Amino acid sequence: MTPSENMPQEEAVVSVRDLRMRYGDNDVLRGVDLDVWRGEVVSLLGPNGAGKTTAIEILEGFRVRSAGEVSVLGVDPEHVDDAWRARVGVVMQSWRDHARWSPRDLLRHVGALYAPYSTDERPRPRDADELLDIVGLSAQADQHIRLLSGGQRRRLDLAIGIVGTPEVLFLDEPTVGLDPEARRDFHDLVHTLSDVHDTTILLTTHDLDEADKLSDRILILAGGHIVADGSADDLSRELQREAQVRWTALGSRHVHSTFEPTQFVRDLLAGPDGDDVTDLLVSRPTLEETYLTLVRTHEQDAPELEVVT
Amino acid sequence: MSVMRAAAVGVKRGWHEQVLSLRSTQDQGFYIFMALVTVGYMFWQRNNVVDEVGLTVPQLILPTVIAVVIAFGIVVGPAYSIAMEREDGTVLRLKTAPGGIVAYSVGQVVLHLTSVIPTLVIILVPAALIFDAGSQRGAAGWLAASFFIVLGLLAMLPIGIIIGSLVPDVRRAGMWGMMPLLAMVALSGIFFPLANLWPWLQAIGQGLPLYWFGHAMRYALLPDGASVMEHGGEWNIAIAVVVLVAWSVVSSVIAVFLLRRVARGQTGAAVLESRDAAAQWVR
Repeated sequence: MTPSENMPQEEAVVSVRDLRMRYGDNDVLRGVDLDVWRGEVVSLLGPNGAGKTTAIEILEGFRVRSAGEVSVLGVDPEHVDDAWRARVGVVMQSWRDHARWSPRDLLRHVGALYAPYSTDERPRPRDADELLDIVGLSAQADQHIRLLSGGQRRRLDLAIGIVGTPEVLFLDEPTVGLDPEARRDFHDLVHTLSDVHDTTILLTTHDLDEADKLSDRILILAGGHIVADGSADDLSRELQREAQVRWTALGSRHVHSTFEPTQFVRDLLAGPDGDDVTDLLVSRPTLEETYLTLVRTHEQDAPELEVVT
Repeated sequence: MSVMRAAAVGVKRGWHEQVLSLRSTQDQGFYIFMALVTVGYMFWQRNNVVDEVGLTVPQLILPTVIAVVIAFGIVVGPAYSIAMEREDGTVLRLKTAPGGIVAYSVGQVVLHLTSVIPTLVIILVPAALIFDAGSQRGAAGWLAASFFIVLGLLAMLPIGIIIGSLVPDVRRAGMWGMMPLLAMVALSGIFFPLANLWPWLQAIGQGLPLYWFGHAMRYALLPDGASVMEHGGEWNIAIAVVVLVAWSVVSSVIAVFLLRRVARGQTGAAVLESRDAAAQWVR
């Protein structure tokens, strides 16, 4: 199943074909194909060092690729102008920039840059106070940014990323360093953005659980390729095909892998040794175990990658 | 035009940063330190009279002090803040917004140009009140000095931007910023006459903006007869103007080129690397 069959009427906001990135002798991306459709929330999931950040920075227009075709909102990010920049939101991991500024002043300042690109459909910029309210920073609106906690900073990063009412939003590891509660709030925010503001969202994460909770679709990046593409449910079905059935009969231990554990067990118990079967156990690997196996398999296919990771 | 609108946002940015700077105890401390150093030096020399021109040392050196203090501020200020803001994500943050780099650059220029006002206040007020030092040519002298200050700022601000764009990281910005500046001060006849130097060093000194900025400030604020104290013994104000204008044109072109390069090199990964590098002080 390809995404285009899913939503044939929609346009691709992000389209990537055979994207390659090489640092020296090290191929980080070795032919990535992906599409993100209008209004989708897509997670680019992969282990650390898989090239997620590289990929998203190429899409943001901040990094020059080695080869391949890339289009974001119909434009190659290597050759973009301010009008394109105004339609694209980037949520970066801030560190300590604008330490003396207040969240409200910084939002107004960055927002002012979007004003020339306002349209009836997408008024720009969004109101600073409203945004602070949405991300829960109203109480800190006039405080120095350096006094914000890590979670508060991350929420300010998100507010700045969306102050220009972006059509497509890129988030690189948005919840690193957030506590569970802040993480859940962040997830709610992303859903609101997607549902209410029709924003197309591509984010990177190394957390399967997060990808599952946040996104309509998960792309798994490993060994320089997209090795799986689908909703969390699709991936569960596709990746955890085989269940393991274990039992003891006549003093010996048996293990059998099957796609149809129910039928297998029925046959087993009805069979000639059925009455001797004890310690029957049917197990499926969790999605996480399957993911880790998948990642390991594909990273072994790319030995030169292991030199740097 | 969208560039002009981004520049207008940049003017506001620079002004806002100036307001924040004046409110910050850290920056207030810096100004107080500068005031103490200049007042201290003048106080130590307050009763010495230089017979050739009939002025006390504080009166005589005030124009040179203004030139040096402005030069320090306008070179080290942008060098340090650009090096810092490349690392801490400020430049990257603005790069994500349309026209953000234009706004950032204009903001830097406005911030550092306006910094000259508090700098002048902390020098001129104590000089006038304590040492009766000021313009020896009255209002016309102040007017001429204002003109030369603008020229001097435009000639030397891009040098700070160039240094800030070239330094590998902020921990080395102090060193990289101060070395060329101290060399320039040494070669510009500030603390000792140019004539004490080898001829080839004198020639280099006379190509530097600080030498001519100091010359122009003395021309504006000292009596005509003070020219005897100058290298060459006369006022060469036309050359001063030409040299300062040439420096501002050439260094601005280089500064714009380097700032663009800085903006191109900014990525999230690069900022994260600097964060990790900064956390690792000992290497």
